[in-house]
Amino acid sequence: MTDQPIWDWSMAWQVLPDLLLAFVKVTLVVTVLGTIIAAVLGLIIAIVKRSAPQPISGIVAFVVNFIRMTPIVVQLMFAYFAFTSIDPMTIGVIIFGIHYSTYMSEVYRAGIEAVPTGQWEASTALSMSRTRTWVAVVIPQALRATIPALGNYAISMFKDTPFLVAIGVVELVQAGLEFGGNHFRYIEAITLCGVIFLVASYPTSLLVGRLEKRLAFTN
Amino acid sequence: MSSDLLNALGGALPLLGPAVLVTVGLTVAGALLAVVIAIGLGLMARLENIVLRGIARVIIEFFRGTSLVVQLFWLFFVLPMFGVEWPPILVGILALGLNFGAYGAEVVRGSINSVPRGQWEATTALSMSTTQRMFRVIFPQAWALMIPSLTNLLIQLLKATAIVSFITLADLTHWIDKLRIGTGDTFFAYGIGLVLYFVIAYVLTLLMNALEVHAKHKIGRGQSLREVLSFRTRPPVDPVATPAADLEGERVK
Repeated sequence: MTDQPIWDWSMAWQVLPDLLLAFVKVTLVVTVLGTIIAAVLGLIIAIVKRSAPQPISGIVAFVVNFIRMTPIVVQLMFAYFAFTSIDPMTIGVIIFGIHYSTYMSEVYRAGIEAVPTGQWEASTALSMSRTRTWVAVVIPQALRATIPALGNYAISMFKDTPFLVAIGVVELVQAGLEFGGNHFRYIEAITLCGVIFLVASYPTSLLVGRLEKRLAFTN
Repeated sequence: MSSDLLNALGGALPLLGPAVLVTVGLTVAGALLAVVIAIGLGLMARLENIVLRGIARVIIEFFRGTSLVVQLFWLFFVLPMFGVEWPPILVGILALGLNFGAYGAEVVRGSINSVPRGQWEATTALSMSTTQRMFRVIFPQAWALMIPSLTNLLIQLLKATAIVSFITLADLTHWIDKLRIGTGDTFFAYGIGLVLYFVIAYVLTLLMNALEVHAKHKIGRGQSLREVLSFRTRPPVDPVATPAADLEGERVK
């Protein structure tokens, strides 16, 4: 160890293509697909919790709470061992989507509650159907305020993707670990993983922050 | 069939205590470290001095911007290269404390900023020193404001401890997997495991709610923890608060 430099640039260049490939092919794909599932399922949960009759909405509320308060790593492992026929990356996408949909549902709930009562009353006055009220009046207004939150959860899902290590998906960090294991050197690989995360997530979070200010201002 | 499951569960039970202890220990120690770091960085990020503020911001953005798993592996694999050989549990506590400390710092900073202007002005009028102002007036009020956010972070921290099984620690997640292998029943093992996590999270939430009641009572808002926890129904308390200890005596009359 002592004859080697602490940081070896040739190692860094050697591992970088592997990392970037895993980043694009797995990390980004899981984040994007997971976010889409979370956004859609979260809205469905919020609507069901609000308008379904009691036993159903109560059960949904409990299940959502349960998913939200238990670790996503354990949920990933559970799904991985329970559904062996599904490939791990698909499991990752679905579990990330479900887990984050429970967070998103709270954001939608706040957004729906922020729609003034007058809007509901106006829909009734215009004798709109219940579905029409939701689709044409409430949801468009509720969604606007939730866009920044969706962005923030997408970023935090992005930073959670290394949890996929638990089910053997070769995403960014797993690629780094494999390289490290093969070459008995982890410093370059793991450090570069961190750099890639930082470079990808920090500008995005600044962007979301600006979006948040902008939407808040015009509201 | 079900007696097999119960036997396997019985066999795994003696190891449950130590496993839960690792998970809860990591959560509590990580949270304590995180609170210290959060308050330190949060106060630093509000300083006038641009160098100190800059340092705080860089640290906060660094730990918020990179993934917790990367930080954990970095500490685990790279620290030994600098001759620092820490036991995995300390590495785990350090990674959790640094990561959640950075998130907490933003909560601390935001809460301090949202203490009403008048409170700051009042301390100037009373010619308090900067430290007196912060620790006798502003911080106690900010503390009550930040607890709900800190509760969320604490639950996230508990859930994040599940990744320490990556660095060879035998925590609750590790125990669940052992139980799965022992019973061969994924639904059984993970069902029990998830419920255990849920119970721990629920208990932590209750404790944090109690802490919030306490913090609010200390700055003169709401009932004391003793009053809230009491099952006896009481007539509304005179807002010119009688000390809680005296109430006990008066109730007897």
